[in-house]
Amino acid sequence: MSDTPRALVAGHAEFAAGLISAVEMITGKGGSLAPIRVTGMCGSDIENLLRDTMRATGARVIFTDLHAGSCTMAARRVQHAMPGVVLVAGVNLPLLLDFVLAEGDALAAAARAAEKGRASISVHGVTP
Amino acid sequence: MTLALNRIDDRLIHGQVVVGWGQPLNIRFIVLVDDMVAESDWEQDLYRMAVPPEMEVRFHSTKDAIARLDGYRIENSPGILLTGDIATMHRLVADGNVRDVNVGGIHHRSGRTQHLRYVFLTPEEQDALRELARLGAVVTAQDVPAARAIPLEELLASREGG
Repeated sequence: MSDTPRALVAGHAEFAAGLISAVEMITGKGGSLAPIRVTGMCGSDIENLLRDTMRATGARVIFTDLHAGSCTMAARRVQHAMPGVVLVAGVNLPLLLDFVLAEGDALAAAARAAEKGRASISVHGVTP
Repeated sequence: MTLALNRIDDRLIHGQVVVGWGQPLNIRFIVLVDDMVAESDWEQDLYRMAVPPEMEVRFHSTKDAIARLDGYRIENSPGILLTGDIATMHRLVADGNVRDVNVGGIHHRSGRTQHLRYVFLTPEEQDALRELARLGAVVTAQDVPAARAIPLEELLASREGG
């Protein structure tokens, strides 16, 4: 992986690394995503980690695992203090695949990828 | 009794509270007691956005919460009482008749020793938890319902993380 990160992926335990490893296997573009692993950290530490990683990478897109999760809460606080940041909560693999393969503005790519992620869920074998 | 959980969690509202406890207990409201959050419209909006539509968040300062807890205890639907630190819960135990305290998450900070994966404490905080017990509260550590509830003395004796 040698891309410069265009987005952060933040989640509980190994969520981010796991998703990014799948992105890398499928596309070779896992390096365009920076993993944020949250375990045993208080809210302000999560916030600081997000902010420091964004400053180090220049990324302005944050993907988080769970709408109500501590990663999302911290990201919302970062967003409140840092204009021009897009947060997508509830990230899934199809969403990330669409994002890393998109060209152009990362913020717009994130919004489009969110719609792809939403539409990517299908259910099979269940009779109502 | 409809305050099904009285929890100390420095992340306040997050996945473990909303989903981990909220779904099994069929929680319909969260009483978030925090003097800073009670003064901030933005913080309150942030926490309201984190809960599903069927769940309500009620924000109170510590003083205000003490006056309202008896009313919450006779509501028809189950709720969670939630504080972000031991000091706030101490006041609710001392003056608000809270009797079962769940230590759900006190995370790493300089000066704290790791006792469990989700509990880090300074010596003063260890004493503060003992004080809750001295006041008559049953204090256990349990991050999620599927985990074992760890009694206070076992929590204080535990050391993790080397």
